[in-house]
Amino acid sequence: MHVVWDNREAVALAFGYTLLLFLISGVLSMVLGTFLAALRVGPVAVLRLAGTAYVTVVRNTPLLIVLIFFRIAGPKMGIKFNFVDITIGDVRLNNVFTACVVGLTVYTSAFVCEALRAGINAVPLGQAEAARAIGLPFGGVMRTVVLPQAIRAALPPMASVQIALLKNTTVAGALGVVEAFARMRGLTNDNAPERISLFIAFALIFVVLVEILSLFANRLERRWRIA
Amino acid sequence: MSTSILFDAPGPKTVARHRLYSVIGLVFVLGVAAFFVWRLADSDQFEYRKWEPFVSPVYLETLLVDGLLETLKMAFSAVIAAVVFGVILGIGKLSDHAWVRWPCWAVVEFWRAVPVLLVMILVFYSWGIDRGVSGAYWSVVFALTVYNGAVLAEVFRAGVLAVPKGQSEAAYALGMRKSQVMWVVLLPQAVKIMLPAIISQCVVALKDTSLGYAVAAPGLTFVGKQIYGDPDFGGNQVPTVFVLAVIYIVVNLLLTGVATWVQKRFVGERKPLEVSMVTAVGTGATGGPL
Repeated sequence: MHVVWDNREAVALAFGYTLLLFLISGVLSMVLGTFLAALRVGPVAVLRLAGTAYVTVVRNTPLLIVLIFFRIAGPKMGIKFNFVDITIGDVRLNNVFTACVVGLTVYTSAFVCEALRAGINAVPLGQAEAARAIGLPFGGVMRTVVLPQAIRAALPPMASVQIALLKNTTVAGALGVVEAFARMRGLTNDNAPERISLFIAFALIFVVLVEILSLFANRLERRWRIA
Repeated sequence: MSTSILFDAPGPKTVARHRLYSVIGLVFVLGVAAFFVWRLADSDQFEYRKWEPFVSPVYLETLLVDGLLETLKMAFSAVIAAVVFGVILGIGKLSDHAWVRWPCWAVVEFWRAVPVLLVMILVFYSWGIDRGVSGAYWSVVFALTVYNGAVLAEVFRAGVLAVPKGQSEAAYALGMRKSQVMWVVLLPQAVKIMLPAIISQCVVALKDTSLGYAVAAPGLTFVGKQIYGDPDFGGNQVPTVFVLAVIYIVVNLLLTGVATWVQKRFVGERKPLEVSMVTAVGTGATGGPL
């Protein structure tokens, strides 16, 4: 364990990158995923088709391939993120970081879209029919009847998606962002006899982060629950 | 919910508006596509040299035999081992004895929360590194086994609990022992319910085999890396990524098709069994695992 303690600043910085990757791609993927879900349940056939195609393609592609596309293939075809270079203290957000954020966002938003759609599909048909029957317009049906129930039903799958995203940030470590996985690999290289305790330390931090997220989702679900 | 319930039958104004949206949407989609084609053409991605490995039989054979076949072998070894691991943990979690239940719970929670890459690198450095290609291969299989096994343990537990209560009550009434109830009555019915979930987990395992990239394990990503690292093809990262993605998508769609068919054939119209990372409090319509 002393290796982790001796390198506590590097480890903290690494987990800082992990959390930054998670938070930025988490928020962006929710925005993009909501947009995709809107396309997929909307009345315009062309957009519905585009949304379905996006989700099918991205969901069946491994995350690593998506990240390699933005990180390694992208620059070859002129899609670079060199315009991003932000330094805050020890944290440097450069083109590699941005490429990984974009990849994680593109990948996760397909799953966010599916989670939201599952939520909307979980609302019983009779709810919308009854809302229509008492004369609510489309906006009213959605705002007061369907969406409140859909969001509650979408919460558990959404939490799963975001937890998966947190674990998926490690893939960015294999492609050049020095986050938790890359740091663990580096420390393991330098301190081979300590590898088991290193793994346990990093793994436990991930377990704690996942449990925090899961606890948060549970609290939210309890608070939002009606009846 | 069918969306048509939400809208009135569109009148002439709405039809016109939807037509406008369609046109805007189409223009947007075509615009994005055109942008990519322009970028590809502008950076000479269409030149023959870059696509040569994907039309020459020798490379295609390498891609399919050393790439796809290895990937599939890895995924299926992992899934089979994960099913065994998952069944053991799942039964453990359903045990009546707290000293069996709690360790199984802890093991499942731990392996479910730890990223696959961390496990992979640990096994690779402590065991696989001296064993060359097969060391990398089994490091990937081990990492995928513990992760997918932990997920399947939850699926399995949910599957057993989804069998109607009357089944086990009737079995106990006939005088069966606990193990008999499990193996003779509950398990066969649970497996039927679980089968689609297990097949979807195969998709997850198959996608995760690509992570073997981090330990240079054999498989599609490894072959891909060799191809785009070969200067003869002029740095063809873009075509390689494209081809790899298409291979993964086709195989995964086939697997999803099988899962749907199995669902229809064995489970019927019942909702597919899916397990969330978060213990659901409500009714819990859950999305698939990643």
